[in-house]
Amino acid sequence: MPARRGAGSPGAAAAFAGLAAPWIALALLFTVLPMIFASGSALTMLSLMGIMIVFALSYNMLLGETGLLSFGHAVYYGLGGFLTVHAMNTVIHDHLPVPLPLMPVVGAFGGLLFGVIFGAVSTRRAGTAFAMISLGLGELVASSSLILRGFFGGEEGVTTNRTKLLRVFGLNFAPQIEVYYLIAAWCLLAMLAMYALRRTPFGRMCNAVRENAERAQFVGYNPTMVRFIAFSLAGLFAGVAGALAAINFELVNSASVGAEQSGVVLLAAYIGGVGNFIGPVIGAVLVTWLRVMLSDLTDVWQLYFGLLFIGVVVFAPNGIAGLVMRHEPLWQARAYGAMLRLALAYLIALGPALLLLAGLIVVIEMSYHLSVKASEGPTISVFHLTLDTTSVWPWLGTAVLVVGGYLLFRRTWPIVDAAWHNALVAAQGAGKAK
Amino acid sequence: MQELVTISTLNGVLYGMLLFLMASGLTLIFSMMGVLNFAHASFYMLGAFFGFQIGQIVGFWPAFIIAPVLVGGIGALVERYALRHVHRHGPVAELLFTFGLAFIIEELVQMVWGKGPADYRVPASLDYPAFTIFSTNYPAYKMFELLTAVAIFVVLFVVLKRTRIGLIIQASITHAPMVAMLGHNVPRVFMLVFGVGTGLAAVAGVIAGPALVTQSNMAAALGPILFVVVVVGGLGSLAGAFVASLLIGLVQTFAVSVNLSVADVLGRIGVAPPTGGALFDVWNVTVAEIAPIMPYLLLVLILILRPTGLMGTREH
Repeated sequence: MPARRGAGSPGAAAAFAGLAAPWIALALLFTVLPMIFASGSALTMLSLMGIMIVFALSYNMLLGETGLLSFGHAVYYGLGGFLTVHAMNTVIHDHLPVPLPLMPVVGAFGGLLFGVIFGAVSTRRAGTAFAMISLGLGELVASSSLILRGFFGGEEGVTTNRTKLLRVFGLNFAPQIEVYYLIAAWCLLAMLAMYALRRTPFGRMCNAVRENAERAQFVGYNPTMVRFIAFSLAGLFAGVAGALAAINFELVNSASVGAEQSGVVLLAAYIGGVGNFIGPVIGAVLVTWLRVMLSDLTDVWQLYFGLLFIGVVVFAPNGIAGLVMRHEPLWQARAYGAMLRLALAYLIALGPALLLLAGLIVVIEMSYHLSVKASEGPTISVFHLTLDTTSVWPWLGTAVLVVGGYLLFRRTWPIVDAAWHNALVAAQGAGKAK
Repeated sequence: MQELVTISTLNGVLYGMLLFLMASGLTLIFSMMGVLNFAHASFYMLGAFFGFQIGQIVGFWPAFIIAPVLVGGIGALVERYALRHVHRHGPVAELLFTFGLAFIIEELVQMVWGKGPADYRVPASLDYPAFTIFSTNYPAYKMFELLTAVAIFVVLFVVLKRTRIGLIIQASITHAPMVAMLGHNVPRVFMLVFGVGTGLAAVAGVIAGPALVTQSNMAAALGPILFVVVVVGGLGSLAGAFVASLLIGLVQTFAVSVNLSVADVLGRIGVAPPTGGALFDVWNVTVAEIAPIMPYLLLVLILILRPTGLMGTREH
C-alpha cells in the first residue's frame, strides 16, 4: 500500500507552490501595473478594468459554469452599489468606526440578499425561459428605480464621499492610486474565491447541471437548488463589483441596474470566452479598453461593438480564450516548428483581413457622416486621410477594398487549413515519439 | 365611470392585439426552430421606419403592403445566411446572435434616422373620429388597427389550419425530420416561417407607428414586454400568447387610469403610512405610476404560482 504523503513532505510543498505561483505572479502584476502606466487616465482605466473583471467573473459563474444565460445581471451589481452608498452615508453621518476597505462587504451582502430573493423566483425555470425572466426582472428593477426615489435617489442617483470614512494607515482614499490598490486587492480576493469555488464539489455539480440536468438529478442533486445557490453566489460577487464601482465613482444611479450595464457584462464575458476562467478576465480588460478608446475615435462605437459581438458569436463562439485554447494540444505536444509555420499562415491571412476591415470601417464612417452629419460639410477624416463623402471616388475605392479584401482573404483560408492540418499531424507525431 | 371602462377596454384590447401580432410570430418561430428571436421587436421597429420612409415616397397605403414584405424578406435572408450557420453552436449561441442582431439593428436605425422621433402621421383618409362613445371621439385609425389585426389573425388561422402549406408547417413544428423524409424542403419552410413571423412584426410596426411614437428606442421599450407575454402565456403556446397579450394589454391600460395607492386603501381602514424611509415610496406610489412595470409584476406572480406559464407545457 503506498504511503500517504504527509502535509510536511517536500512533494506537497512543491505542489502548493505550483498552485500558488500564478496567484503570486498576478498579485505582483497588479502591484507593478500602476508604476508602468502612471498617468491619471491610465489609473482610471485600470480601476475600471478591476471592477469589470470581478463583474464579468461573477457573470461567468452563471453562464460558463451553470449554463444560465442572464440578461439582467446588472441588478445585483447596482443593488450592491446602492446598499454600499447608503451604508457609507450612514457611516459618515453617524461617525461609525468602519474604514473604507471593509465597505465591499456590504456590497457582497446586498448582492447575496437580492440574489436569494430574485433567485427564488428566477431559477424555477432554466434555459430560454430563465433568460427572459432575467430580462423581465432587470426591467422591473430598472423601472422601479425611478419610482422608489427614497432608496434609488431618482434620476440623480445617490452620492457619497469616500474620503470621509475612518482612516487606516493614514490613507483617506482621495487619490486614485489608493482607490486602485483597494480595487486590485478586492479583485484578487474575489478572483481567488471564485476560482476556488469552481473547484469544489459544488462547482463541479454546477458544471454537471449545465451539461445534463436530468442526469444530475439521477446522481441525487436537485438542479433547481444547485442553480439557486449558484445564482445567489453570482449575485454576491456582482454586489462586490457594484460596491467597488460605488467607491470609485462615489455615485450610483439607475444606469447601474439598467439593461445597458447587463448587456456590457454579457458582451465582456462572452467575447472573452465563457468556457474558461481566464476568458471573462480577458473580455473585461478588452471591453473596458475598447469602451474608453473607441468612444474617443468615433461616434458609432456602439455599432462596432455590436459587430464585434456578432462576429464572436458566429465565428468564435468560445471567445478569445477559446481561440487561444484551441492551440493547447500543439503546446502540450511541444510541436514548436509546426506552431511557427501556423503563425506564419495566420500572418499571411491577416493582411487581406485587415484590408477588408479597413474598407468596412470607411464605409460605416462615410455612411454615418452622410446620414447624420451632412450639415457639417462633406469631408471626413479616416485613418488620417481626408475623404469627400459626396464624391464617387472614395465609395468606389472602398468597394474595391471590401470586395478585393474579401476575395483575397478567402484565398488564404486553404493555406491556414493546411498549416493546421500539418500542425496537428506534427503534434500527434511528437506525442507518439515521447 | 362607464365611459372610462369602455374606452379603456377598447384601448386595452387594441394594445393586446398589437402585442399578439408580434407574439404570434415569435411563438411560431420558437415552436418551430427552438430559437427565441430576441430581435423580433427590432423587426417591429424596422417595419415602422420602413413604413414611414416608403410612405414619404409613395403614400401610406402602398407602404402598408411594401414595408412588411421588405422586412419579411430581410428576416428570411437573416435566417438563411446567418441563423442557420449559428444553429450548430447551440441554443445559447442562437439567442446571443439574435441579441447582437437587435443591438445592431438599433444602432443602424439610429445611424440612418437619428435618435429623435420620426414624423410618421396617420394618413388623411383615416384621420377622423369613427364614432362617439359617452362624449369621447374614438379615432377611426384605431378601428383600422383593430380590424387589420383581426383580419390578419383570421388569415393566419385559415392558412395554418386549412391549407396544405399550413399542414406542412404544423407538422414541421413537432416532427421536422419526418416531414423532411416525406420529401418536403424543411429548411425552406423554416425560412418561410421566419420571414412571415418577422413580416407580422413589421405589420404591427407599420400600423402602430403613427399611433405610438416612431423612434429608435421603440424596440428596447416594447421588447421586454413582448418576452414577458411569451413567458406568461407559456413558451410555445399560441393560445397562451393570445390570452397573455390581452391580459397584459388590458391590465396596463386599466392601471394607467387608477389613481389609488396603498396609503389610500389602508387609510380608509385607518392605518397610517410611514412618514419616511425606503418604504415611504412603496406606500405612496399610485397604481398609475407603476403601470409601466405591471407586466413584470405579473411575470413574477405567474412564476410563483404557475412557473410554466398560463398554458405552457412541461419543460423538456
